[in-house]
Amino acid sequence: MITLTINGLPVSVDEGATLLEAARGLGFPIPTLCHMDGLTPYGACRLCVVEIGEGAKAKLVSACTYTAENGLKVRTASSRVLRARRMILELLLASCPQSKTVQDLAAAHEVRRQRFRQEYENCFLCGLCARMCAEQMMAGAIGFRGRGDRRSIGTPFDTPAETCRLCGGCMYVCPACQLRCTYTEPEKAICGGCANLSPPCLEKKQFDDMMCYMSPCVACEINKH
Amino acid sequence: MSTENVSAIVEKHSGARGALIAILQDIQSRYGYLPADALKIVAGQTGRTLVDIYGVATFYRAFRLKPRGKHLCSVCLGTACHVRGGPIIAEEFGRVLGSRAGETTADLEFTLETVNCLGACALGPIVVVDGHYFSNVSPVKVKEIVDQARAGLDRVEIKSDQRIFPVEVSCPRCNHGLMDTGHLVDGYPSIRATLSFGREHGWLRLSSLYGSFNLESEYEIPLDTVVNFFCPHCHAELSGALSCPECAAPMVPMIVRGGGIVQICSRRGCKGHLLDLSGIQF
Repeated sequence: MITLTINGLPVSVDEGATLLEAARGLGFPIPTLCHMDGLTPYGACRLCVVEIGEGAKAKLVSACTYTAENGLKVRTASSRVLRARRMILELLLASCPQSKTVQDLAAAHEVRRQRFRQEYENCFLCGLCARMCAEQMMAGAIGFRGRGDRRSIGTPFDTPAETCRLCGGCMYVCPACQLRCTYTEPEKAICGGCANLSPPCLEKKQFDDMMCYMSPCVACEINKH
Repeated sequence: MSTENVSAIVEKHSGARGALIAILQDIQSRYGYLPADALKIVAGQTGRTLVDIYGVATFYRAFRLKPRGKHLCSVCLGTACHVRGGPIIAEEFGRVLGSRAGETTADLEFTLETVNCLGACALGPIVVVDGHYFSNVSPVKVKEIVDQARAGLDRVEIKSDQRIFPVEVSCPRCNHGLMDTGHLVDGYPSIRATLSFGREHGWLRLSSLYGSFNLESEYEIPLDTVVNFFCPHCHAELSGALSCPECAAPMVPMIVRGGGIVQICSRRGCKGHLLDLSGIQF
């Protein structure tokens, strides 16, 4: 067992536990974006920053990847942490301003400004979908390609991956795209508010029993009633 | 691209997880780029997902996923070259070649790329074509450079180059001369031999110039094929005990007139050769 202090409260956790697990065990909320139980921690979004150490040696680390150490002093809501978190949220908001997840997080953390140029990307590069695909769906159909500002998520050679089973797990976990069901033909996609009344997925009889993770499109919702 | 070649490369690096980059480098040095099918084979044999391998291949700039042209033009866009008009030169190259930076022309002759510094800033704008540096390039010179590259910048003058000289050889078995004065290659009498590979069997004329690798043959020999050589007089196979220091294929020995032995590699495209003139009498 490892004993550490979080916000002044002592806590004992198993060896190998992360600061995020320890803090959540005590009930301290730490916002996350790229973290999901059941997937390996990745530390991409940096939203879970906490402050460790004391005085001049204090530093910010990501709670989801930092393993607990004996005698560690952790602060999850110091002014420095909150400042950093707000800045990260502002940056995330600038890259994907249309993401509902980040909009909610930004509102909850009182981000009131938008100082950065909005990019209207549809990806944070958080890697949730790639990890979901590889670790939970055992497919490994999508992953990171390229580097720097050209880094992107996708399939090898931009062709449909042989290992993809169209499970939709990647879209289910995605905090940015929140795609509505488009079956496999993006041009038939129903954007929010559009009153296209024929759901593209229902035309395909062979996928009748397929589990659908997508938020229902307008047509689906009308059909239900 | 053959499956066995790629498999052999993967097996050579078997085991270590960190070997992926080495495997990709070996594949690239063999084919000049990373063919999609080769990456699939690597994924299958190393037990990793294709997207993992593709991620590594696209991460490093040294890896190419498309074949590179015969000639590589690197236009410098470093700070010094940039202010001296590098972008105009790059644009002009694109216009002359009809391809954009980072792309290869449709006839696979030229690959145009931009680089960030070539370390010769005082001579900018710099362009490097096939390892030859061109300094103070102006847009007018671009066409000229491309034409030079097309004609071959690495071509050596057979007449004046000291490293190239004719040799006269004979069969190591029957000692009949192999020179054919009736058939010239590179302007000199050629070396005549009979060759066989696979089901093909026919004549072969090699350039007798030491340092020239030109040849003419009845059949087109595919690259990387190991060919058997036979003496046209005694029909014995020209084979020795040595194997090529570069590719380990068997070497073909021939007696040099005046004493000495020249050995050439039997693999098409391999330039491995040995020249032993210890017995020559001057």
